[in-house]
Amino acid sequence: MNITEYYGQTITYREALRLALDEAMEQDERIIILGEEVGRYGGAYAVSQGLYEKYGAGRVLDTPISEAAIIGTAIGAAMTGLRPVAELMYVDFAGIAMDQIANQAAKIRYMFGGQIGVPMVLRTQGGPGRSAGAQHSQSLEAWFMHTAGLFVAMPATVSDAYQLLKEALQFDDPVIFIEHKGLYTSKGIFEPGTALPFGKAAIAREGSELTIITYSGALRHCLAAAEELDKLAIDVEVIDLRTLNPLDVDTFVESVSKTGHALIVTEDSLTAGVSAEISARAQEGAFDFLEEPIMRLSGEDIPIPVAPELELAATPKKADIIKAVRKILRR
Amino acid sequence: MTNKQRLYLLEQMLRIRSFEERVGELFLKGESAGTMLHLSIGEEAAAVGVGAMMQDGDSFTTHHRGHGVFLARGADPKRMMAEIAGKEIGYCRGKGGSMHIADMSLGHLGANAIVGGGISHIVGAALSYKTLKKDNVSVAFFGDGAMQQGILYESFNLAALWNLPAMFVCINNQYGMGTRVDQSSSTLDFAARAKSFGLQADTADGQDIEDVVNKAKKLLKQARAGRASFLTINCYRFYGHARKDKSPYRSEQEETAGRQQDPISFWEENLVKAKIISNKKLETLKKEIDLEMDAALSFAENAKKPELATMFEDVYSPKQAKPLSNKARLDL
Repeated sequence: MNITEYYGQTITYREALRLALDEAMEQDERIIILGEEVGRYGGAYAVSQGLYEKYGAGRVLDTPISEAAIIGTAIGAAMTGLRPVAELMYVDFAGIAMDQIANQAAKIRYMFGGQIGVPMVLRTQGGPGRSAGAQHSQSLEAWFMHTAGLFVAMPATVSDAYQLLKEALQFDDPVIFIEHKGLYTSKGIFEPGTALPFGKAAIAREGSELTIITYSGALRHCLAAAEELDKLAIDVEVIDLRTLNPLDVDTFVESVSKTGHALIVTEDSLTAGVSAEISARAQEGAFDFLEEPIMRLSGEDIPIPVAPELELAATPKKADIIKAVRKILRR
Repeated sequence: MTNKQRLYLLEQMLRIRSFEERVGELFLKGESAGTMLHLSIGEEAAAVGVGAMMQDGDSFTTHHRGHGVFLARGADPKRMMAEIAGKEIGYCRGKGGSMHIADMSLGHLGANAIVGGGISHIVGAALSYKTLKKDNVSVAFFGDGAMQQGILYESFNLAALWNLPAMFVCINNQYGMGTRVDQSSSTLDFAARAKSFGLQADTADGQDIEDVVNKAKKLLKQARAGRASFLTINCYRFYGHARKDKSPYRSEQEETAGRQQDPISFWEENLVKAKIISNKKLETLKKEIDLEMDAALSFAENAKKPELATMFEDVYSPKQAKPLSNKARLDL
C-alpha cells in the first residue's frame, strides 16, 4: 500500500486506524494482531476488516473469549521477538485482564531491572453513546493513567488516530490505545504530519479568554461549544491532550497562564478521575495567572445507564460546556 | 542415562539445597531485601528433572518459589543471591528480588508473585517460536495453588488449540500457603484436568528424579513438536510457606513423614548403592558446593547497594520517557 494516496482524502476514524495497522504490518513482519473476532469477523467495530484476508491466520489470530490470556499471551510474545497488537473488544473488559495489564505488562521492564520491555499495543475502545449499558460504555483511562509503566493514547481525530497508532507500534513498552466508540464513523481530512510523538497536546482551537482541556470523544462537544461561544464573542482555546501518559503539562499550563481561566472536560467519572489530575497540575503550574478557580465538568459518578436520554445526560455535552464557560467568565 | 548424567543431577540438586539454606540465612540475618522468602527445599528433583531436559534457547517462567528452577537452568548463584539481597549487581538491579528474578540470556522470562501470573506468558513465547519458526519450547513452572487459577485453563486451552510448543509444569508441594491441596482442589488428579483440554499429560514422583527426567523428556519432546504438554510432580514442601512460617496448619508427624520423601537422600543412596559415587566423594562434592554457595552469600552481603537515582530508571525505555521525581517537580 502507498499511504500517500490517502493524503487529503476524507476518511473515517475507523479507516485511519485500519490504515495504520495495515501499513505497519506491511513494514514490520513482527507485528501480529490477536483478539476476539479480529480475524474472520473483521473486528467488533470493523477496525481490522480485511487484514485477516491480507495477512492470513498466522498474523491475525482469532482468540477464544479469554481476555486475561489474550493479554498474557501478547506479553510473552512481545518478550520473545514479536510485536503484538492485542485487541480488548471493550475497555470495560479490562477488569478480567487487569492483572496482566497492571501487574505484568506494566511492571516487567522495571521488576527485571530494564532487561526487557513489553512492546505490545493494547487496542481497545471505550466511552458512552450507543446505549451499550454499564459494562460496555465506561471511560476507564484513569485506571491505566494511574499505573506506572503504561503509555496511554486517546486519539480524537482521524489523523491523530493514524499517527498515534503508528507511533505506538514503534514503542518498546506497552501502550494502552483507547479509541472512542462514538468516533469510528466520524470523518476528517487525512493529513498526517511526518511524525507525532506521544506527549504533544494539540491546540485544537486557538483562543484568548479561557482554556478548555479535553481529549477523545469529549473534544467534539468542546469544539461545538466553542463555536457557539464565539457567536457570543467569547473566545475559547481548546486543547486536545491526545495522550494521557505522557501528559503534556507544559502546553496546558502555558495556555492557562495566557487565558487565566480553565475548564476541564472529560467523559470519565469525576471522582478521582483524569480531570482531577489535570486540575492539580494546572493549578501547580499556572497558579499565579489564575483569575478564577479551575472548573471540572466530567462524567457523573454513576454507572452508565442504558436509556438513551439518561445516557446522554451522564457525560458533558455542548450545552453543559457552554454553561460552565459562561459561569467561569461570569458572562 | 549415563553415570555422568546421574551425577550431574545429584550435583544440581545439592546446589539448590545449599543455596536455599544460605538464602534462608541471609533472610534471618535481616540482609535479604524482601520480607518474603519462599524456599524450594524438598522440591529439587522437580526443578532439576525438568530443567536438565530443557535445551539452550528454551524459555520459562516460574512462580514465587522458583530459586531451584532458575539454578537448574544455569543461574549464577552470586548474582541471584545479590538480587535477593537487593543489590545493584543482582540480576534485576535489586528491583525484582526473589519473586521477580529474571534473566533473558538464560531464557528466564520471570518469576512471578501473582499466583498463575506468568503462566500465559509462555503461551506467548511459544506463539513466537511457532511464528518465527524456532525449534524451542517455553515452559511454565507453578505450584498446586495455581491449579485453581482461571488463567491456567485459558492458557491450557490456547496452547492446545494452537498446537504450541508449550509445556506446563505443576510442582505440587501439597500446600498453597497454609491450605492443603485436598482442601482447595476438587480433584487431585491434575493430569486428568490437563488431558481434558487436549494436552499430553503425566504425573511424576518428585522424590525420584529419574521418574521426573523420563517423563519430562518425553513431554518436552512432544511440546517441541507442537503438542503442548503438562506434567505434575508430587513432592512435599519441607518448610513453611515463607521462611518464618512455623506451619501451625500441619502436624509434626506429617512434616516428619513428608521430609522422609527427600529427593536428595533418595538419589544419593541410589548412586552410592550402585557405586556411582563413594561416600567420601559425596562428602567432598557437598563441601565444594557449600563453599560455592558461601562465596555467593558473602558476595551478596558485600555488594554495593543501588544508588537512589536508579529508582526512576527502567520504568520505560530510556529513549521514550523517564518519570519526573516529586523532588524535581517541586524543586525541593
